[in-house]
Amino acid sequence: MNEEPLILAFCCHYCAYAAADLAGSMRLQYPGNVRVLRLPCTGKLEVNYLLAAFERGVDGVIVAGCLEGGCHFLEGNLRARRRVERARQLLAEIGLEPERLEIFNLSSAEGTRFAEIATTMVERVKRLGNSPLRPDPKRIEHEVQEISRQAEAMLAGEKR
Amino acid sequence: MIVADRKKIPEIRDMIKDHRRVLLVGCGTCVTVCLAGGEREVGILGSALRMALRLQNRGDVVVDECTIERQCEDAFIDLLAPRVSDYDAICSLGCGAGVQALAERFPKMPVYPGLNTQFMGILESQGVWTEKCAGCGNCRLGEFAGICPITRCAKRLFNGPCGGSRDGKCEVHPDLGCGWQLIYDRAANLGILDRFERIVPPHDWSTGLDGGPRKVVREDQCIAGLCSRG
Repeated sequence: MNEEPLILAFCCHYCAYAAADLAGSMRLQYPGNVRVLRLPCTGKLEVNYLLAAFERGVDGVIVAGCLEGGCHFLEGNLRARRRVERARQLLAEIGLEPERLEIFNLSSAEGTRFAEIATTMVERVKRLGNSPLRPDPKRIEHEVQEISRQAEAMLAGEKR
Repeated sequence: MIVADRKKIPEIRDMIKDHRRVLLVGCGTCVTVCLAGGEREVGILGSALRMALRLQNRGDVVVDECTIERQCEDAFIDLLAPRVSDYDAICSLGCGAGVQALAERFPKMPVYPGLNTQFMGILESQGVWTEKCAGCGNCRLGEFAGICPITRCAKRLFNGPCGGSRDGKCEVHPDLGCGWQLIYDRAANLGILDRFERIVPPHDWSTGLDGGPRKVVREDQCIAGLCSRG
């Protein structure tokens, strides 16, 4: 691996985002390679968001939603799981390793688990190496900021 | 509606990889409803193709996206026409009719199919579509209690089930209901079982699989001088 991996985490507002916050409050150590993008629910996630992240060159993507049965919107996390599975099939067809994308379920009280998930994914992606779609290392942070900006705009109801 | 599903990415990638600028064209009608070729699917395919091409060192191929309301009508294709000259190939995410409509409209432009058109069918449950009509041109649903033996019976039998009908299921697949069991049950509910006492003559396929591409002409709707039966 030439560069430190960059991982984008699509986190549900009601669980994983709060868990990441808790991990910070607990002063837990986890790799700094994870960029968190907050969603109102993982059910908001669509396959094209995941592909857009990989197209911009991120090395791995975490989708983190509520425990099964515990979704604030009843079944958003279950829908997200099926969409992640679809995106993994597409990644395999494209020629990227599907293991670069993974969905996790956790509650807002699991700051420790969030740190574990981040560590697990960073280690996994380090084994796989940088994404072959990675642009210039200087641009990758910019690309991730662009994804976040677009996601925020979409959530705010602006037209793409 | 017409039901289709997406071709695999490597197949589409290999079709378009020798072009420099490719326009993906989605359709806002049937294939949007069956989640195969609408605006969202065009976005997903565009992203996937750009990545697949880059991994084959063909990242220089430009893949752009657009979706029109209906690909099988020239009036809607007109909205696309000003953009087409910027590209050297089109990949259509319409049904087979849409692909051919684009090919007829743009004679010098290669047009590739991004979907495999499957059948005319209905939404059975979310994400599941089943075939209901073969478009045979000679509808006889009235004779079979409203269930089509051409699409629902694996052997297209017209005079009762074959020996492969077991416990209401077809021998072709354990989950597939026997078409003739469905016809019988519905006819029993309607109290019209006596209808099956007479032999049904063979189907007239001259309206379907015979005589080349079919045409429907409504002369009262045609603009004078532009109506052709040819």
